[in-house]
Amino acid sequence: MTILNVNDKQREVGVPPDMPLLWVLRDVLQMTGTKFGCGRGLCGACMIHLDAEPVRSCVTTVGAAAGRRIMTIESIGGTALGKKVQQAWIDLDVPQCGYCQSGQIMSAVSLLARSPRPSDADIETAMTANICRCGTYPRIREAIKRAAGEA
Amino acid sequence: MSESHGGPGCCSASRRRFLKMGGAAVGGGLLLGIDLAAFAAVSDSQTSHAPFEPNAFLRIDASGRITFVMPFIEMGQGTYTAIPMLIAEELEVDVDRVVVEHAPADDKVYANPLIGIQMTGGSTSVRASWEPMRRAGATARVMLLNAAAGQWGVDPKSCEAADGYILHRSSARKIPYGGLVDAAARMPVPQDVALKEPKMFKLIGTPHRRLDTPAKVNGSATFGIDVLIPRMKFAVIAISPTFGGTLINVDEVKAKAVAGVSQVVRMQDAVAVVGVHTWAAKQGLAAANPTWNAGPNAWLSTSDVVNQLLTACQKPGAVARREGEAVRVLESATQRMQAVYEQPFLAHAALEPMNCTVHVQPNGCDVWVGTQVAGTARSAVARVTGLKPEQVRMHNHLLGGGFGRRLEVDGIVRAAQVAKQVDGPVKVIWTREEDIQHDMYRPYYYDHLVAALNESGRPIAWTHRIAGSSIQARFFPQAVKNGVDSDAVESAANPAYALGAMQVEWIAQEPPGIPTAFWRGVGVTRSTFVVESFIDELAAHAKADPFEYRLALLERNSRARAVLEVAASKTGWGTKLPRHRGRGIALCTGFGSFIAQVVEVAVDAHGTIAVTRVVCVVDCGLVVNPDTVRAQMQSGIIFGLSAALYGEITLKDGRVRQSNFHDYRVLRMNESPAIEVHLIKSVEAPGGVGEPATSCVMPALTNAVYAATGKRVRKLPLVTAPV
Repeated sequence: MTILNVNDKQREVGVPPDMPLLWVLRDVLQMTGTKFGCGRGLCGACMIHLDAEPVRSCVTTVGAAAGRRIMTIESIGGTALGKKVQQAWIDLDVPQCGYCQSGQIMSAVSLLARSPRPSDADIETAMTANICRCGTYPRIREAIKRAAGEA
Repeated sequence: MSESHGGPGCCSASRRRFLKMGGAAVGGGLLLGIDLAAFAAVSDSQTSHAPFEPNAFLRIDASGRITFVMPFIEMGQGTYTAIPMLIAEELEVDVDRVVVEHAPADDKVYANPLIGIQMTGGSTSVRASWEPMRRAGATARVMLLNAAAGQWGVDPKSCEAADGYILHRSSARKIPYGGLVDAAARMPVPQDVALKEPKMFKLIGTPHRRLDTPAKVNGSATFGIDVLIPRMKFAVIAISPTFGGTLINVDEVKAKAVAGVSQVVRMQDAVAVVGVHTWAAKQGLAAANPTWNAGPNAWLSTSDVVNQLLTACQKPGAVARREGEAVRVLESATQRMQAVYEQPFLAHAALEPMNCTVHVQPNGCDVWVGTQVAGTARSAVARVTGLKPEQVRMHNHLLGGGFGRRLEVDGIVRAAQVAKQVDGPVKVIWTREEDIQHDMYRPYYYDHLVAALNESGRPIAWTHRIAGSSIQARFFPQAVKNGVDSDAVESAANPAYALGAMQVEWIAQEPPGIPTAFWRGVGVTRSTFVVESFIDELAAHAKADPFEYRLALLERNSRARAVLEVAASKTGWGTKLPRHRGRGIALCTGFGSFIAQVVEVAVDAHGTIAVTRVVCVVDCGLVVNPDTVRAQMQSGIIFGLSAALYGEITLKDGRVRQSNFHDYRVLRMNESPAIEVHLIKSVEAPGGVGEPATSCVMPALTNAVYAATGKRVRKLPLVTAPV
């Protein structure tokens, strides 16, 4: 049994230590807000926070996550910054299909936590890890600035 | 375990059974049956005892809860906001308080009137439902109003509907819709209710926030891949890596030795490993180490496909358009220009990989998936399982991207094949590699154009031969007339420009074993790249400004001219750009809309292309939700830039060489240009907006590259990724 701290709750899971955290979250803990997109750390759809750092859960093993603080899209709205980012996303109608947006928001929150007034270059550097096939990039850029303005 | 609910404002219809046609009073709710195909309200009412089982587009229950059932699926295009706006405009309710629900599968009740089956695609949703959805709302409003007038014993003409109430102002009385549902359900369904004049619109034409956004920012929106069913197993599938290959063997013992693996399911050309979670299944599949018979197409490379198209293009094709004697004019012309354009196979690469959850039982089957064609999917699953279509319950979900991929039911069929052999529900997931290597691809196209020019360089004759796979021949065979795939030739056979004598021919040439399908913009995307590139070449040959040259050929097309003129003026067309920078312009007329775009690029000494700015002007007729139109322009532009810059599926030894986002590149934020969208005010019928921006941006980009470098791009993509 591995004990995980997910969104400030202790969760016990009986899975192999090399199992990617993505599948533990989605299939075992039934938290499907974190998305599967590529399985190789290329698209960012599975972005979560591990000890407040953005990581791709598809290439992070459950063994590496044990004992650390895991935060997912399901609870990011419980933080002041997460809530601001979600509201900016709503105000600017960022999502289209919406599939990548959990990952986008996790990356954006992490950026703003590090850098409350990010430059355009900061935004691009931080968000380039996240693919959006619907092309919501212009709105993501604006929404991050909006959230920063209110931060 | 949750049933498949999409969060606030978007819940699943999965527990509801299928219903017969007809308005029905159920549990005190007003149900209104609208036969979309006939554009008319269903006339007879009947009583049913099964609660919450409507068959139409709106439902009001006694508590005042209003539910709209969406005939089109939401895949990002905003239809779950635009369609409710249409209904709410006439129903006089607050659209933000409406519950939106996915429609069950039904190719009759939920048929797309422009297509004839239940289908979301072809940029048709608003065009197809513009009138019937308003009529659905208006008919319900009139019935509620008549019910209230009856209760009060007043003339219905003295009553009005506002914000979910029927009012009788002179006696200061009002009743909420919920209080009228029993009486309204007994009212005859009025025929031909009057619809609002556009100047009376309160919602339509005003920006409205999307109803599906809140659930999409907190992880609660449920896509097909998110379905959780009690006792569900997980399967990962591998399909023969070569097209047409077959499974020889799998190491079942090794697969089952992986902890959590319960079963190996063999199919003729595929294998699936079933386990307690996706990871176990994936590990099990790796351990199973399937071996394959490569099959009849193991020799195939991209160059073989291109050579077949080149050869096919030497012979005449089916005539899609003939005006005058183009061939004769060409023979006698003193000035001729010709060019060949090639466009590659493309994958859809929707971010939600293909997946489908199926539970086959002796007397019925449940299917949880996001699909653009719920009715077709139901029939396909019925065929696989041997059940009747009405025994197959489709639970549609939000799509994590469609782009045409989810118009196809191959993934659903494979999931049903697996589920037939599995006890209990099973979620079949494709890895990204499987998704890229077993897509149904936008075909490789080969276009040959020749123009005869007069002394001022203007075309007096134009021939255009198009060779490629016919998607319609498989998907809509009835739409192939006289050998012409009308989709493939769209915008080529009917270009916006006056080109003199014309002959446009279509040659269907299927790539051996390679499955092909619609892809965002379909035929219009292919044609627009070719026509707009060639027009640009003719302008350069005539030493004319490409914008002015286009205008001169559009004397009789005022909407096309207008979008080009606005695009030029917003861009500062004609002003100088620094060295190694260029501007390109293109026009797209398709899906009932008119779009002009100007792209600006910077090309450095290594030939690296940076797209710095895109200006997009759109006249899509009457606009329902202006912000959705802007979003679809931004989206289409970025999707088209991805394809034009990087998009390419290549074949070697009968298999696809690309496998994931490292070698099937798509635009990322750092490559995404500044985009300005300008909407033209119009009272013309609504046009489609999901696809044309994709079609327009590809030639605008390559024309900009020409302006910056002097190099003409006749083959896409611009950047070839190492594989």
